[in-house]
Amino acid sequence: MSKDNQILEELTSKEYEHGWSVNYETDEAPAGLNEDIIRWISAKKEEPEWLLEWRLKAFRTWLNMAEPSWANVTYPKIDLQALKYYSAPKQAKKTKSLNEVDPELIAIYERLGISLNEQKRLQGIAVDAVLDSVSVATTFKDTLGKLGIVFCSFSEAVKEHPELVKKYLGSVVPMTDNYYAALNSAVFSDGSFCYIPKGVRCPMELSTYFRINAANTGQFERTLIVAEESSYVSYLEGCTAPQRDENQLHAAVVEIYAAAHAEVKYSTVQNWFPGDKEGKGGIYNFVTKRGICEGDHSKISWTQVETGSAVTWKYPSCILKGDHSIGEFYSVAVTNNYQQADTGTKMIHIGKNTKSRIVSKGISAGKSQNSYRGQVQVMKRADNARNFSQCDSLLMGDRCGAHTFPYIDINNPSAKVEHEATTSKIGEDQIFYCNQRGIATEDAVALIVNGYAKEVLNQLPMEFAVEAQKLLALTLEGSVG
Amino acid sequence: MLSIKNLHASVEGTPILRGINLEVKAGEVHAIMGPNGSGKSTLASVLAGREEYEVTEGEVIFKGKELLEMAPEDRAREGVFLAFQYPVEIPGVSSTNFLRTALNQVREYRGQEPLDAVKFLSLMKEKMALVEIDQKLLSRSLNEGFSGGEKKRNEIFQMAMLEPTLSILDETDSGLDIDALRIVSNGVNKLKSDQTATIVVTHYQRLLDYIVPDYVHVLYKGRIVKSGTKELALELEEKGYDWIKEEVDSATV
Repeated sequence: MSKDNQILEELTSKEYEHGWSVNYETDEAPAGLNEDIIRWISAKKEEPEWLLEWRLKAFRTWLNMAEPSWANVTYPKIDLQALKYYSAPKQAKKTKSLNEVDPELIAIYERLGISLNEQKRLQGIAVDAVLDSVSVATTFKDTLGKLGIVFCSFSEAVKEHPELVKKYLGSVVPMTDNYYAALNSAVFSDGSFCYIPKGVRCPMELSTYFRINAANTGQFERTLIVAEESSYVSYLEGCTAPQRDENQLHAAVVEIYAAAHAEVKYSTVQNWFPGDKEGKGGIYNFVTKRGICEGDHSKISWTQVETGSAVTWKYPSCILKGDHSIGEFYSVAVTNNYQQADTGTKMIHIGKNTKSRIVSKGISAGKSQNSYRGQVQVMKRADNARNFSQCDSLLMGDRCGAHTFPYIDINNPSAKVEHEATTSKIGEDQIFYCNQRGIATEDAVALIVNGYAKEVLNQLPMEFAVEAQKLLALTLEGSVG
Repeated sequence: MLSIKNLHASVEGTPILRGINLEVKAGEVHAIMGPNGSGKSTLASVLAGREEYEVTEGEVIFKGKELLEMAPEDRAREGVFLAFQYPVEIPGVSSTNFLRTALNQVREYRGQEPLDAVKFLSLMKEKMALVEIDQKLLSRSLNEGFSGGEKKRNEIFQMAMLEPTLSILDETDSGLDIDALRIVSNGVNKLKSDQTATIVVTHYQRLLDYIVPDYVHVLYKGRIVKSGTKELALELEEKGYDWIKEEVDSATV
């Protein structure tokens, strides 16, 4: 075996750090998927009739849909009837303040390094913590409330701001958009809701932390972000799960709405359990994320660092409807061992003078498969649309794969679309050069990979960037080639 | 400081070094010369610990320790520095960031406290002046898009920062114009002390006008076939390597 492969082997043999699980009493739906279960979830959450109807409509449509098979991933058929669609930690009924949240649940988040205690929390980030199917706690509510910002769990938003939820739910990702979005629409349990009123610049990062704990449970969260005219918000999402032998399903939907001159920055550091070294277990991450730049001069920017999940299927997209609107997608996707990722974006140019930018950095190690799939579509009336895409792949070792599937569809002759792609390997030369300066191999790999992904990491808010850098290094510890 | 005894090494089963013997003491400058393919760069690489080279026989003692037993990074931390013939590009990593990582790992190994940003930057300033390198170059990605001269100058800058006891310059003069050659050589000369030693691997005598060696060794077919003082280098410059080849080849027949 060559040296590259040996190092790769060592790096890839690092264990998943968040692989622990905690026993707490849960309130669960019985396994299975049917209209009764959906009614059960809706009743459990004391939802209004219209939302139940909406769910049922989604479910009925879903029944006639087929699971997509076009992605460059393979996995055994998921038995959706064997899953539980609702699991909530049992705790004293309604909690009004953080002080009333079960300390055991707070301890789970402490262990993840996420403090829900507002005093202890580093300045500048409000957190909504979602455990299995429900939101456990949201911090800094009062501070944000004074500015008219709503940041709460989705269930709470349904109760407190039904008119907003009704107006925007499904407006960006229609309930029947695709197989998993329809499934999510039928059974979603919780998630975060965020509303930034006109002219308000959100003074802190808003963050949701998702954790799947219960076994055999699907997590179907729903996030809805509405940014009114000339507002600004930066939103962060993090996720982990315990190490389990069986695969767990995560099928989320994220919708972003940006009015004129509004800007939304959405950053994800995805660290779901990727499965073990033999490819056993791990999360199936089938997510639909989409934003609409409805108003003129609006901007939506997606940044993602994808390190976890056994299988990832995810294309955060922008519909650039408003004139002069801007869509951005910055992505680092790392796969190791037997992980498979098919990820990328869609930029749909509808308005005039719309601009989009795609920077995708794939890193494959072990026996993993890493695909970029991107679509740039310029509609007929989108005069002077501009797109720049850059898709780079970095290979470590000789048993992994990197694939690029760019689709370009231009219907307006004034469009300017550029696509650049590169494929490279971390060279033994680079590692040796670092070694010769006194840098240990693992640190050398971290240095090289972080350098490679720098353009994307630079887009992340400071606190997240540091975490993401460590995560990249950890995921690849030992992999060189 | 460095004692090489009967060193044999091969690449993919082909022997390249066939019994090198060399003693280097603190304060000395040794030049290794020889025709193409004689094993000069291999010797430099084996000392630094490049993996493709398999040591089949012999030993190397560096400051009382078995050098060949050590991982490449530990050799560096012990004070062996190799100025690469072809410095490697690392996109997205600035020289500054790279060097801080390197220096702090070296310091940790030596039981020293890591340098904080302020101290690191002031050390950088000091060494930058020494090797006449521009700050702008150091904030760019390491070696990426650097000219040949800039790469070599950056190597010497790194050497200045890491303060090695044994510096091995592998064809540092190749690809340099006369001005760059002078700057690079000045840097090396300023870094010399009676505590450190330098091995200069070169094909041409030109570099030795600037970095004056105490000893010159001629490598041919994996062995040191002739040793002398700097006059030997001048003789080689004048007569080429053929006379040495003939001498050696006729002796072995």
